Amino acid sequence: MNTWHQFLFGIYPYIALTVFLLGSLVRFEREQYSWKSDSSQLLVKSQLRLGSMLFHIGILGLFFGHLVGLLTPVSVWDTVGVTHSLKQIVAMTAGGVMGFVCLTGLVILLYRRLTSDRLSANTTWRDKLVLLWLLVTVVLGLATIYVSSSHMDGEEMLKLMQWAQHVVTFRGGAAAIIADVSWVFKAHLFMGMSLFVIFPFTRLVHVWSGFGAVGYLGRAWQLVRPRV
Amino acid sequence: MSHFLDRLNFLGKVKSTFSDGHGAVVNEDRKWEDAYRQRWQHDKIVRSTHGVNCTGSCSWKVYVKNGLITWETQQTDYPRTRPDLPNHEPRGCPRGASYSWYVYSAQRVKYPMVRGRLMRLWREARRTMGPIEAWEHISQNPETAQQYKSKRGQGGFVRASWDEVNEIVAAANAFTIKRYGPDRVIGFSPIPAMSMVSYAAGSRYLSLIGGVPLSFYDWYCDLPPSSPQTWGEQTDVAESADWYNSTYLMVWGSNVPMTRTPDAHFYTEVRYKGTKTVAVSSDFGEMAKFGDIWLAPKQGTDAALAMAMGHVIFKEFHLDKPSAYFTDYIRQYTDMPMLVTLKPHGDGYVPDYFLRASHLSANLGEDNNPEWKTLVLDEISGDIVAPNGSIGFRWGQQGKWNLEEREGGSGREIRGRLSLIDTRDDVASVHFPYFGAEHDELLPRNVPVRHITLADGQRVPVATVFDLMAANYGIDRGLGGGNVASSYMDDVPYTPAWQQKHTGVKPEMVIQVAREFAQNADKTHGKSMVIVGAALNHWYHMDMTYRGIINMLMLCGCIGQSGGGWCHYVGQEKLRPQTGWAPLAFAADWNRPARQMNGTSFFYAHTSQWRHEKLGVNEILCPTADGRMASMALIDYNAKAERMGWLPSAPQLSANPLDVTRDAEAAGEDPVAYTVSRLKDGTLDMACNDPDNPQNFPRNLFVWRSNILGSSGKGHEYFLKYLLGTQNAVMNSEEDCIRPSEITVRPAAEGKLDLLVVLDFRMSTTCLYADIVLPTATWYEKDDLNTSDMHPFIHPLSEAVQPLWQAKTDWEIYKGFAKALSEVGGEYLGVRKDLVLTPLMHDTPQELGQPFDPRDWKKGECEPVPGKTMPAMTVVERDYRAIHQKFTSIGPLLEKVGNGGKGIGWQTGHEVDVLRGLNRTVAEGAGKGQPRLDTAIDAAEMILTLAPETNGHVAVKAWAALSKVTGRDHTHLALPREHDSIRFRDIQAQPRKIISSPTWSGLESEEVSYNAGYTNVHELIPWRTLTGRQQFYQDHQWMRAFGEGLCVYKPHVDLKTTAALLGKKPNGHDEIVLNFITPHQKWGIHSTYSDNLRMLTLSRGGPHVWVSEVDARKAGIVDNDWIEVFNANGTLTARAVVSQRVPEGMTLMYHAQEKIVNVPGAETSGKRGGIHNSVTRAVTKPTHMIGGYAQLSWGFNYYGTVGANRDEFVIVRKMKNVDWMERPLAE
Repeated sequence: MNTWHQFLFGIYPYIALTVFLLGSLVRFEREQYSWKSDSSQLLVKSQLRLGSMLFHIGILGLFFGHLVGLLTPVSVWDTVGVTHSLKQIVAMTAGGVMGFVCLTGLVILLYRRLTSDRLSANTTWRDKLVLLWLLVTVVLGLATIYVSSSHMDGEEMLKLMQWAQHVVTFRGGAAAIIADVSWVFKAHLFMGMSLFVIFPFTRLVHVWSGFGAVGYLGRAWQLVRPRV
Repeated sequence: MSHFLDRLNFLGKVKSTFSDGHGAVVNEDRKWEDAYRQRWQHDKIVRSTHGVNCTGSCSWKVYVKNGLITWETQQTDYPRTRPDLPNHEPRGCPRGASYSWYVYSAQRVKYPMVRGRLMRLWREARRTMGPIEAWEHISQNPETAQQYKSKRGQGGFVRASWDEVNEIVAAANAFTIKRYGPDRVIGFSPIPAMSMVSYAAGSRYLSLIGGVPLSFYDWYCDLPPSSPQTWGEQTDVAESADWYNSTYLMVWGSNVPMTRTPDAHFYTEVRYKGTKTVAVSSDFGEMAKFGDIWLAPKQGTDAALAMAMGHVIFKEFHLDKPSAYFTDYIRQYTDMPMLVTLKPHGDGYVPDYFLRASHLSANLGEDNNPEWKTLVLDEISGDIVAPNGSIGFRWGQQGKWNLEEREGGSGREIRGRLSLIDTRDDVASVHFPYFGAEHDELLPRNVPVRHITLADGQRVPVATVFDLMAANYGIDRGLGGGNVASSYMDDVPYTPAWQQKHTGVKPEMVIQVAREFAQNADKTHGKSMVIVGAALNHWYHMDMTYRGIINMLMLCGCIGQSGGGWCHYVGQEKLRPQTGWAPLAFAADWNRPARQMNGTSFFYAHTSQWRHEKLGVNEILCPTADGRMASMALIDYNAKAERMGWLPSAPQLSANPLDVTRDAEAAGEDPVAYTVSRLKDGTLDMACNDPDNPQNFPRNLFVWRSNILGSSGKGHEYFLKYLLGTQNAVMNSEEDCIRPSEITVRPAAEGKLDLLVVLDFRMSTTCLYADIVLPTATWYEKDDLNTSDMHPFIHPLSEAVQPLWQAKTDWEIYKGFAKALSEVGGEYLGVRKDLVLTPLMHDTPQELGQPFDPRDWKKGECEPVPGKTMPAMTVVERDYRAIHQKFTSIGPLLEKVGNGGKGIGWQTGHEVDVLRGLNRTVAEGAGKGQPRLDTAIDAAEMILTLAPETNGHVAVKAWAALSKVTGRDHTHLALPREHDSIRFRDIQAQPRKIISSPTWSGLESEEVSYNAGYTNVHELIPWRTLTGRQQFYQDHQWMRAFGEGLCVYKPHVDLKTTAALLGKKPNGHDEIVLNFITPHQKWGIHSTYSDNLRMLTLSRGGPHVWVSEVDARKAGIVDNDWIEVFNANGTLTARAVVSQRVPEGMTLMYHAQEKIVNVPGAETSGKRGGIHNSVTRAVTKPTHMIGGYAQLSWGFNYYGTVGANRDEFVIVRKMKNVDWMERPLAE
């Protein structure tokens, strides 16, 4: 385990989370008018519906899959009787399906963005970065299925879960847990963490609002304010 | 405090609930609302307007926020006028409201730009040469000149600095002046009223160097020649508020809601008062919806309709049961009682000249101008007498030029006899020409006459205009003979039944409208009004339609009566403070006279459209005319008119006028005598006789405030081919055209212009063809003045923000040229004497130059006498070193010679002194001690201080000057406002009401709305015509030769441009031939706004052409198809709008849709499609060239050839391949 590994998987996760949270906060405070999804629907309608739907279904599935899969304590799985290998099969299957859906959507969106003159005139390099970054991350994620299929016992997955749980619970030695997992996992982890780094500087901030919109479900139909 | 922290209140977010929990009270942060508040907050509001040719002259609020122009809204603070009138607000339209888009748009011209190839040549040459040498090297070498000229219109501009472009312009001007003459430097800018100072900037520069501003009103075909013919008045019309005083309102060929949008509310409001409205229009235009009655004559046949209405009015209200009001009116205010001599023709007679005092023995006691005093038969004494007011009384004597019914000599009261029918000696058979084809060419009709003895002992029959008019209308008066009708249903010209064959309108409708129109005028003493417009005036024979309608109004005593009269609303901008502006604009404070040229003749000659003339004079000549007149081509007529001093010339002589004076002095001769003798012996010629001689090319052209190539340039493709020498789509062959017989015809020259400089704020079509494009300030970035005849206010354009990017105001740009010219060319040119030729001008004694038959000195018919039988000639000294000093100071001539206009003058030293105080004085140089003229506001103050309309002292002086001529006191019209002086800051505070002045024929008062001819009728000021009255009859030889002595119906002329191409360039789709009509548009004011995103969004987003459903079916066209419209003149591409609005046989293309937006390539030419003028060509009319003959004398934008365009036919076809030509330009 070298210093680089220690930095990337022991320290970098905290840098990423800090940039993500503080960055989002600063942007929300300072740049309210830039807090938006920057939809290009008004500019070019074609392919957006299919690409965007597929992408969003896929990415939301992946997000929640990772959230639950990585952060649920192992004891919970053991208690309910889900074996490690069963969990790995479920993760590989669900992640594979969602990853594929997401990838298809991404490719459509990327193609659309790169081929339309009107869109390119209204595209920043950050817009392209987000799409490409996600693409690489998802491809790497899908590549892990191949790696996982060579050891179906779920132990590799367990290391990753423990790493994640060590990180979010501020326990030391997280990096050491995954010192010997495949480089594909490591690359995927790095790309995924970096997504949080670029998050506050791109249109990804609309994800906050997307989750915030859930609040509408429980909201009263009409809101009024007192005079003072 | 913090967007985030303020939201961290989710536990206590809901303070309480209501409506069973459906509603909640929350206490959220409200800062986001500021965004919506700030959306409409601004830092300041500045009053400005749009200097665009729409006559709207609406005052606007321009909003500025954070230093940016953000939007505009309509001003609502017009002073109220008369208590019974609706408010003038709202004034404005969607076009004006979209203007601010331009300011920061991609269309904006931001930097000085030069054609890349020219720039490369220039910089290359400048490395080794001085500026003038460099310009000569580039422009006079055919090879280098071709390099940049042939690429005009095809992009390739590079950015330049102001210093560099000023140097190029100065070098080009200086070189041209020295080599070819200052009259080879030309300027085109229209409609001073829309931004007076900007116009004056360019024309002042040109006038100081000896260059030539071109007229525009005639070129646009907005000038109605019928107005000067009838009234001696360029155009004078009622303000729109006067519509509200009308009780019978006809709107005839003018789409008021669309083209006079800010005024249309008066049209709406007057209907609530009970006024009956009649709309006359071939297509279902917006105004048709306002009409209680809609008449739809076939396009171009309106004269037939007007003649038939005149027939009804004359018969019922002048013959069968004469209206006392009408009878008195026509006796005093029209030429109806005037006597006309008849001359034998065949077995009968034709009308000849008005009987003049000079015809009778001892000149009837009239020694002053007896040839110019017309006569009536006095009912009281039974004598033939010369009544006051004819033009002979205007010049050379004082106190008798008025409309009192008195004899000029003795002053006794008289009463002109209208008809000789009861006291006739005889009945004569008089031949009236007929041009409608289905009857004989000459229609003899019986007319009552008296025989009189002339001074030379000859006995001749004379008739009154009244009796000739009755016969001309074909009314049976029981005198026997043929070609008259006793019933409206007889098929005799000009009965209601007859007109139906031409117009398609039911005779019953004609009778009803004519009768109602006259009944109303009889009961209200003239409150019947007709609004007319481009749908009538843009035809070749527009004068016949207009005179037909004017006749109705004069017959019913409507002209000069509040709520009545003729309202011509076609580009009739009114430069209200004209006499204050003219000295600024034409540098009359430094030297007089200025050179001026009529646009139509200029462009006809120099874009070589005459080489493609197919209209033979024989086709339009009256059968009674001298047959020799038929052998001349139209360009021959024009050249004749120029050498006889009728029309102006530019260039003027075939030699440099600076060299002519030099040679004359070297020979020890007076330059004028020298020139006359050389012209007579033929060693010197006039340039008009040899237009394709390189010596006679216009060399430099400035275009500002105009988009001539994208809008008004009739014969667009000929401009491109001959004037500019670049890519074009002319498909006409000179082989099929008429060859001139009197002028020199050489092989066609192409690329005559060495330099085209365009000033604009947007990249217009004209800019694309320019050699130099200069960024000018927008209408929200400069100080200027604006007026209109649609309302009685003067108001400003104001600088809301400083000119953006590297833009400058027109005033500053021309000031820069003046400075550069003084520096680059001052010593090179030095002090020179210029010989300026001017035609026999209207409103000067020269208008009495040529009584009776025209005589051509060149043919030896008379002696060449400058200012009488040929152009006047004046030597003007020009100090080219002091151009900038003169430009920026008010010269001494105003104090020495005075100021004036329309034939009257006054001293104005006091006002110049006032300007010394307002503008401060110049410390040194040519203008030392004179008032400064440094800024645009200085220039505006000069206009406002010198003009009677904005300075009460001057108004009183002007009325006093007129009072001397008329012998009646008119000063009471201005005395109540004597101490009013309107200054620039006043009008920035609020629009100000104009002061009445004798420059105009109506009053600006608290009692009546402005109405044209009001002071003629109520102050007895004569019309500035031969007879001093409104004229039904035109007795000039050429008017009679072309059959227009009296009003007749003439169908459209045949321009023969489709036959040669029909079916010759097939693309597989059907072709149809349609009449090409180009009305004003809804989504632009001419070309302005037609490239504005907001207007494009409201319209089809590019060029479009309207086609009727029937024609569309015939040609297999469906709505929104791409179609090509072409003829021998050129071609254009557009989308089809298939609509029930359009009648069969015509196609409408809203004029001036820029070819810079969404124009694909044309299949016939292989080039990009053109503009609407790609399929038109200017055609001149000889009667408009007449000069030196009272009201038929030339004045700038007053009379002259006009650029008619509606007689054109085109081939319309669906396109097969829509090629956007988005390829790089091949070398």
